[in-house]
Amino acid sequence: MALPAVLFFGIFALIPLIGVVVISFMEWNVLGSPTWVGLSNWQAVLFDRPFTWTALGLTITFVIGSYLFQAPVALLLGVFMAGQQRYRALLAVLYFLPLLFSSVAVGLTFQSLFSPNYGLSAALPFEWLPNDWLSNSDLVMWVMIFVVGWCFVPFHGLLYQAGVRQIPQSMYEAATIDGAGRVRQFFSITIPQLRYTIITSSTLMLVGSLTYFDLIFVLTGGQPADAVRILPLDMYVTGFSSYNLGYASVIAVILVAIGLTLSLALNIISGSSKMESDKAGA
Amino acid sequence: MRRTTRIAAAGLGVTSLMALSACGGGGEGGGEANADAWILTGGGWPAIQEDFDRWNEANEDAQIDIEAIENDSYKGQIRTAVGSGEAPTLIMSWTGGALLEYAEEERIVDLSDHTGELESRVFESVWQNGQVDGSTYAVPLNDVQPVVMYYNQSVFDEVGVEIPETWEDVEAAIETFNENDVAPFSLAGGSVWPALMWLQYLTDRHGGEEAFQAVVEGEEGAWDNESILFALETMQDLGENGGFIDTYNSVTADQNEDAQLLADGQAAMLLQGSWVYSTINQDFPEFAESGDFGFTSFPTLEDGAGDPSNIVGNPANFWSVSADASEEEQQIAFDYISENLYNEETVTSMLEAGSLPPLSDIEDQIAETEDSDFLQFSSELVGEANHFQLSWDQAVAPEVAQPLTDNLSQILRGDITPEQFVEAMNSL
Repeated sequence: MALPAVLFFGIFALIPLIGVVVISFMEWNVLGSPTWVGLSNWQAVLFDRPFTWTALGLTITFVIGSYLFQAPVALLLGVFMAGQQRYRALLAVLYFLPLLFSSVAVGLTFQSLFSPNYGLSAALPFEWLPNDWLSNSDLVMWVMIFVVGWCFVPFHGLLYQAGVRQIPQSMYEAATIDGAGRVRQFFSITIPQLRYTIITSSTLMLVGSLTYFDLIFVLTGGQPADAVRILPLDMYVTGFSSYNLGYASVIAVILVAIGLTLSLALNIISGSSKMESDKAGA
Repeated sequence: MRRTTRIAAAGLGVTSLMALSACGGGGEGGGEANADAWILTGGGWPAIQEDFDRWNEANEDAQIDIEAIENDSYKGQIRTAVGSGEAPTLIMSWTGGALLEYAEEERIVDLSDHTGELESRVFESVWQNGQVDGSTYAVPLNDVQPVVMYYNQSVFDEVGVEIPETWEDVEAAIETFNENDVAPFSLAGGSVWPALMWLQYLTDRHGGEEAFQAVVEGEEGAWDNESILFALETMQDLGENGGFIDTYNSVTADQNEDAQLLADGQAAMLLQGSWVYSTINQDFPEFAESGDFGFTSFPTLEDGAGDPSNIVGNPANFWSVSADASEEEQQIAFDYISENLYNEETVTSMLEAGSLPPLSDIEDQIAETEDSDFLQFSSELVGEANHFQLSWDQAVAPEVAQPLTDNLSQILRGDITPEQFVEAMNSL
């Protein structure tokens, strides 16, 4: 029974991964044939290339920023949409729209919105509104966190909505009888009951933003480099604009290592390996 | 918005193309190999697309499949394709460093015996770009693309300034424009490569073509050149003191925003490639037909050592033939090059679109076309140029092009000094 899954995993995950590890020990400019250079790519990327650490710092900012923005908004949105009122169905449809758009379309639309001379800043009469959203080194990272969040909040909201609908109504009824208000109910029933949803959603958010690429690339093209070129973009630019596949593979392996460590750590911290049930009565 | 629709349309086009070729292949049961070629979108490329359409109609047994790709993503895609042996039969390049590598790696074939009478028709200065070690590895396929200065006459009339001819004029004009709250120069600094045109012209005017030739030849420390430093300093000065439009770092060229700023009268001038002439005619017809749309050469620099007739830009785009293609596919490509390139109908449609083929035998035809002003202007510009500098990002080795872009982007934002730029480029 496991055979198709193993085959699938092997062909689409394991073999390319091994390939990348092998190339990380080679010098290759895409056109010529690769040659062995031992550890020198690793040495160069980790110790002789300060930008690697800049990019890592940016990646951490992006991952944490994205999480802090997406998680609360998605949770509140999910709880809200799990309600029964009819108008919520209509709102839910609107909230989910970003899920249906391709990231290139979203990127180009936002690029037009952020245009200094023909976009939002030019159209609105607010003098204080900046007009260099995508080129200001201090601003562009937060703009990216917002736009990427805008795209992914609906998906996580959907997860939370499903999670909240699974919580037995009787728990809320009992809490109401005991005199707990809505806020108390949210923190004492909803959040603990959503524990596994929160873990799933958090893992997806953290690992997802760690390897995120498309919207940032479409919106900024990786410039300004020291403000927005997170590791996945650095990997792409190094590999496919500078044609240094060796360095790019080292960056890729570093990303894989961080991603695996992160999701493993989340698993252990959350204790989800213990497989205990949190459903009422179990 | 325009670009969104364009990409959506391209997406649809590609999908339907794939669907079509899948159907076609299934119906015929395979066997015949079609040659293929990748072209770009926008600019003068529709004329090339139409040329292929006519070829395919006339040569049923020598079909060439065409795919149009957006400029920025093309360079990465073509190299990956060439490197993996999956290149299209006809490989388009800007010559320079990339062509040299293709030839050295034997990824393209020698075309010397397959160009028909083309060599005698094409301008020598353009033809040379396709040569590697005395053999022809690439042939020009479209128009010469000098970089020129476009202007909006109505903006000049409003503030009462003449079109600048010297750098002193430029400095005086900048002052007057700023007093009247008009941006002197539109610039798509967000895309970085349009700023490279400034760097190229200023360097050339100050120190002549030798300044950059040293970089191309890989001389040690060649970036540390007083003309390159002068150009970088001047650009930072233009950025800080109201020469470029104040939002220049956020303006991008892929949506033609820089041209729009000129057409709207928000900026007085724009330094851009000759392909922008067709862009403005297509996208901003009101401005193009208003009589205010003008063009001139880059101003001269009073004490500069460079020849004021020198120009920068792209001599043309070039076709090479992939060494990985089958013999049958290569033969189709050879036939296309020797029999069909710059045929009469295509030359006419190029001229009508305001593009100038690099041919010496079309003077009469130019005079008869509607856009003869611009065509005669660029024809003279190219014909009289002492030197035609290929865009730096194409002239250098491909692995140097990205750091050049990155460092220039930092210059534009004032994050590094010209000295730091030179140091960073020299250390590569």
